[in-house]
Amino acid sequence: MNESLAVTVEGFVAESLATHGRDPRHLLQHLIRVQQRFSCVPDAAVEALSAALDVTRTQVRAAIAFYAFLHDRPRGAFEIRFSDNITDRMLGSRRLIRLLIERLGLTGLPAWGCDLVRVDGRVSVGLASCTGMCDQGPALLVNGQAVTNLDAQRMDRIADLVQEGIPLERWPGEFFRVENNIRRRGLLLGNPATDGAALRRLVDEGADAALAEVERSGLRGRGGAGFTTALKWRFCREAPGTDRYVVCNADEGEPGTFKDRVLLTDYADLVIEGMTVCAGVLGARRGFLYLRGEYLYLLPHLESVLQRRRAEGLLGTRILGADGLDFDIEIHLGAGAYICGEESALIESLEGKRGVTRKRPPFPVTSGFDDQPTVVNNVETFLAAARVVQWGGYWLRGEGTDQSAGSKILSVSGDCARPGIYEYPFGTPVHQVLSDCGAENTQAVQISGAAGATLSPADFDRIIAFEDLPTAGSFMIFDHRRDLLDMVRNFAAFFAHESCGFCTPCRVGGALLRNLVEKVAAGQGSEYDLSEMRHIGAVMRQASYCGLGHTAPNHVLNTLDKFPQIYRRRLAREAHTPSFDLDAALSEARALTGRDDVGAHVRDGSEVSS
Amino acid sequence: MSKTFKLDGREIPFETGQTIMDAALAAGVYIPHLCHNPELAPHGSCRVCLVDIGERQVSACTAAASEGMEVDSSSETIQATRRAILQMLFVEGNHVCPACEKSGACQLQAVAYYTGMLAPHFTHFFPRRPVDASHPDVVIDFNRCILCELCVRASRDHDGKRVFAISGRGLESHLVIDSPSGLLGDSCFAAADKAAHVCPTGAILPKGRGYETPIGERLYDREPISIVGDVRAHEEEVV
Ligand SMILES: Cc1cc2nc3c(=O)[nH]c(=O)nc-3n(C[C@H](O)[C@H](O)[C@H](O)COP(=O)(O)O)c2cc1C
Ligand code: SF4
Ligand code: SF4
Ligand code: FES
Repeated sequence: MNESLAVTVEGFVAESLATHGRDPRHLLQHLIRVQQRFSCVPDAAVEALSAALDVTRTQVRAAIAFYAFLHDRPRGAFEIRFSDNITDRMLGSRRLIRLLIERLGLTGLPAWGCDLVRVDGRVSVGLASCTGMCDQGPALLVNGQAVTNLDAQRMDRIADLVQEGIPLERWPGEFFRVENNIRRRGLLLGNPATDGAALRRLVDEGADAALAEVERSGLRGRGGAGFTTALKWRFCREAPGTDRYVVCNADEGEPGTFKDRVLLTDYADLVIEGMTVCAGVLGARRGFLYLRGEYLYLLPHLESVLQRRRAEGLLGTRILGADGLDFDIEIHLGAGAYICGEESALIESLEGKRGVTRKRPPFPVTSGFDDQPTVVNNVETFLAAARVVQWGGYWLRGEGTDQSAGSKILSVSGDCARPGIYEYPFGTPVHQVLSDCGAENTQAVQISGAAGATLSPADFDRIIAFEDLPTAGSFMIFDHRRDLLDMVRNFAAFFAHESCGFCTPCRVGGALLRNLVEKVAAGQGSEYDLSEMRHIGAVMRQASYCGLGHTAPNHVLNTLDKFPQIYRRRLAREAHTPSFDLDAALSEARALTGRDDVGAHVRDGSEVSS
Repeated sequence: MSKTFKLDGREIPFETGQTIMDAALAAGVYIPHLCHNPELAPHGSCRVCLVDIGERQVSACTAAASEGMEVDSSSETIQATRRAILQMLFVEGNHVCPACEKSGACQLQAVAYYTGMLAPHFTHFFPRRPVDASHPDVVIDFNRCILCELCVRASRDHDGKRVFAISGRGLESHLVIDSPSGLLGDSCFAAADKAAHVCPTGAILPKGRGYETPIGERLYDREPISIVGDVRAHEEEVV
């Protein structure tokens, strides 16, 4: 690195340290800022941060290697990453990637974790897992900012803007427009307005009464697992500790999920009010909103909502004038790691480390951030909790099923006329969602994201509820034109890429599974490979350390059961095909010896011609 | 009266706070393990110590023992899962057992024998991993590293040094060394460190003592791991 750059880098780091503090737990936030400024984390920044924060340079480097959005070598001055979820692909993203690559004079295609960088350093093109814009894809991120509704014209314009070196602020504003696409409103989406009513009730009637309403409501977590919210708050409240923390999980990494994006856009006040009420119940003074890196564009908006609420006395010290009700929220950015949605990995990441799942027990409710009792809830959960405290537990109970009170917000994408956000009472059957969004000839629905379940038409009478089909909110639709193996390939690559690598079955099993799926897709598989996929999937489910590994093989196992023909029709033969092509491996030797006669070839794994 | 649970039908006494593994080790009952070492904080990453506690499978090294629980550690299903996990570890790295200096005294190999693993089974990844011989007393062969993090924990929690860390993620995860060059020789690592004596495979080896005990007469050549236990307890005999 040249010296003047090193000086600039050191200056920037010094400034970041001065503004944002020297807590080692802020490492990731410093790294993200450095990356934004220099399109990588230069060595000088690694040295400066490791010296100032008292973490080893190896730990700093390990964090850079862990998070997909951080790099130790420069990408382009314009760093472009296409969203590579299956829904983006269904909307033609692959063709657009090729177009842009061609227009920029690059060659090849980017693979996951492997970007194309133009030699002049002007631009790089890579892939990101789902960026949460499935209802308005294909989408990409340029220097972290989301560009939606891509088409051939947009590719042309982007190529021109890059060639001319036009800074992002002067790109057409419409490129960055993100629509809410709310198609069906229910209990939660019906009314975005808030005037601190939930907080007022908390102050007037006390924390016990607020918790009692949450208990009465039967509210369960909306992030997927469905743990009873009141129980979580109570455990945390009663756990021994000196401090308590409230964390809003806005990582929204599950492919096909984008409802939290909409909630943070138009309902941020309610979400923050829910966090504040939770803090009042727990006696917490600090909270964090963990925002996925893909939603960087929401940061100024969220900061301004926090600022306004502080000014209105709804956040900060002596909230609504109440003695001892002090609570404030910091926003922490993620940097491209799906596992950081898992609550204990999220806390590791909040503490500036690699997002590796923690050993449990202890659970975050007793030992979370800074080893203190911590509540982690989904964005939608906090929103619902705010309303429950405002309007009472019975209000939520009035809708839904026995074990699933209230409503669920779905992110609908894929093959349908009206993709977007739909809110339904729990208990709504799948077919109703399909008819409301204008889905026709539906072959399959992937519910709750890549980690969720693949539904065939036989499942369409089943209901969305914790009793039957639980979901974090993703609802991806595939009609009869689609080859579901494309979905399987996409998800298998996703999980292999997103495994944190901590435990053996997920780390190795996920990669083996991806390779077998590719082998079958290439027409080189056999019945044996299909049974291997089942075997590996079962081991991952059974033996993995956390939810990622437990659910990662679902899509393979489900489709093997429900859509066996997507595999079968590609099998090269019934029994066994070696994954190693002996004849191809000999080609180098043939070239070296100048032989290419029959005797220099192996016709089959078993049959050597003489 | 002390509390007990059942492990493969045998009553095992335990104290509150003990894991299934702690209690089993104390009672002299073997549960296969790789990333566990009773002197260091439990980790739960290798998953070889998987046991069945009814509906669920848990890692014995991290799961707390509880009164009256019935633990199954030897059924064919459990052994088959362990076998698959070991087969995964074998194809992930590059393990050349017949030629390896640690052969016969390697816990990975011994646990594989114990679970009845006869072949690697899965397709090899054949990663390209270097050997680091820069240190005067110790060599690290990353090809044999199974990411158990025993050296990481020993260095950090026992030696107070933080020489090792894991970098990358997924299959790209790998062990790294904290020195300006990334080489062991430039780090503050010493042969007397605890971290030099905890590796369950042949990834961290002392220099200059190659093949002192002939293969065939080594620790696990003589007796199975279920009888003699971890290699670290026999260091003087085997290296
Ligand atoms: C791999 C993985 C990814 C997850 N991602 C998210 C996420 O993006 N958002 C979320 O709210 N919960 C996510 N979760 C669930 C969280 O761990 C946690 O259960 C949830 O945030 C609790 O909030 P709730 O009780 O309000 O649902 C994920 C879990 C796993 C295992
Ligand atoms: S299952 Fe294991 S490797 Fe996969 S994300 Fe969880 S801890 Fe990491
Ligand atoms: S070098 Fe040895 S002790 Fe360290 S992680 Fe690798 S296998 Fe474990
Ligand atoms: S010994 Fe228990 S998981 Fe490794």
